Amino acid sequence: MAQMKFMCDAERCIECNGCVTACKNANDVEWGIQRRRVVTLNDGEASEMSISVACMHCDDAPCMAVCPTDCFYKTDDGIVLHDKDLCIGCGYCLYACPFGAPQFPQQNAFGERGKMDKCTFCAGGPADSKEEEYQKYGSNRIAEGKLPLCAEMCSTKALLAGDAQDVADIFRQRVVHRGHPDGAWSNNPQASADNLAYDATRKG
Amino acid sequence: MNLLTAQAPVRVPSSGKGLALGIWRLVMVALVVMLSLGFTQVAVAQADPDLEMSTAAPGITADQWRQVRSGEVGPNFRDSRHESTYNLINASGETWRILRNRWVSPFGLIAIVGMAAVITLFYFVVGRKHLDEPRTGRKLFRWSLLMRSLHWTVATLFITLALTGLNLLYGKFVFRSLFGDAFWAWMISASKVLHNYLGPIFGILLIVLLLSLLKDNIPKKHDWVWFKKAGGLTGKHHPDAGFANGGEKAWYWLLATAGIVVIASGFVLDFPNFNQSRDTMQWANIIHAVGALGLTAVALGHIYIGTVGTEGSLEAMTTGYVDETWAKEHHNLWYEEVKGQAISEEELAARKSGDHSEPSASRPS
Repeated sequence: MAQMKFMCDAERCIECNGCVTACKNANDVEWGIQRRRVVTLNDGEASEMSISVACMHCDDAPCMAVCPTDCFYKTDDGIVLHDKDLCIGCGYCLYACPFGAPQFPQQNAFGERGKMDKCTFCAGGPADSKEEEYQKYGSNRIAEGKLPLCAEMCSTKALLAGDAQDVADIFRQRVVHRGHPDGAWSNNPQASADNLAYDATRKG
Repeated sequence: MNLLTAQAPVRVPSSGKGLALGIWRLVMVALVVMLSLGFTQVAVAQADPDLEMSTAAPGITADQWRQVRSGEVGPNFRDSRHESTYNLINASGETWRILRNRWVSPFGLIAIVGMAAVITLFYFVVGRKHLDEPRTGRKLFRWSLLMRSLHWTVATLFITLALTGLNLLYGKFVFRSLFGDAFWAWMISASKVLHNYLGPIFGILLIVLLLSLLKDNIPKKHDWVWFKKAGGLTGKHHPDAGFANGGEKAWYWLLATAGIVVIASGFVLDFPNFNQSRDTMQWANIIHAVGALGLTAVALGHIYIGTVGTEGSLEAMTTGYVDETWAKEHHNLWYEEVKGQAISEEELAARKSGDHSEPSASRPS
């Protein structure tokens, strides 16, 4: 079984927000909700860098661990999905999520949260019909054999989506090609051959 | 580079000689452009990768990832999401998760189940606290209808909030598999709605209750003696107690401190429309859970002592009247002050059936 992962190559991201737009369009997301966001650090400085973030479909997902209704589940492809029928809008997944992925429509009084919405890796969610699935969770491209639209449409191929092994292989090739002094991610001397950030040109 | 030659004007003169010159120039320019392009391609092919790297935009450094990991947000941080106040990595999320799942959840359960077990054990080993002397049948007025209504409203709200709160923390381990998704969805949703809407009402009423009981719960010297004798558990005689004994005052001040903290943190969680940060809500949640679980555990003790634990206590809060004997044994100092106001059961029945007015000043002032 595949282990689906996103990975954003910060050296390639040009902050075009194409992924954000593609996601909104593919999933028909509710007004005010933006499943993917682009964060820019040190904007305008020499060290400026941008990175596209959404749900990263964690192996040990914190949202899953803290949800009072147990509405999250992991598909066979390692995609973290949630059941909106069970969600009560408590916000705990947002407190725990490292990436700020869960969002809540706030149309009720006193800012009471509606049912949580987050990136589904374009894999839809639990529903009785296709129409209901689309209405609640957006498109299910995975069922059609397609990858998430954000990554598919990324103009610089900064945002990669797919099986963790494939994504790691692509990124490793880039790291090797760049010959980056510290393997682009860290200068950890313990980096193993399977490490995503392994620098093959320097560490032998 | 001789590319500059390409900028020479290329005109088409009118005379024949000029035309020949023009064509000659055009050919030369084309030749120069082609040659220079050829040389450029060779130059690119021979480029030094190290030289390229040194002039290219700098790569992402480990320091930048450390900055991301720290959750620190500089002035030049941009987020494309509408009204987002989030940094790139929610560094405190993991701390909150560990505090909640590894500490608050298990130890809250230990506190509540442990308290229930200790009370049950106490009941079976020591048993109910009976009155030492027989009842005199003469009644003393202790709680007005208003205070009783306030107490039972707050108590009902407290129990509802405790049960729904416990369901939010532990329910998924029991009820989802027990009842199935459809019922569980309704149950947990109702829990959240009840908890969020009754919480503020409880908060306001508890503060009203605390204010109206403040006068009776000012700590006195004899309360210290009461605690040293463990409220009469050790020794033969009841220690001195006024209208409220040491234990009741402790419960009062626990509600007046921890209770207020639980209410305040509850408001932070209940109204996310004041732009309080995610970190604030994480801490509010931990404080709320610790305080509420602690209060629930102690409340079990209050419920036990007030009902099956002590003979003659519950009727004070249901009928408003207590027996003289009960007052003498449990609240001797209060009894000394109000013993002249004791009435017989016939008088009490007459008072209840006749005019509904109740005595107003039965407490020390």
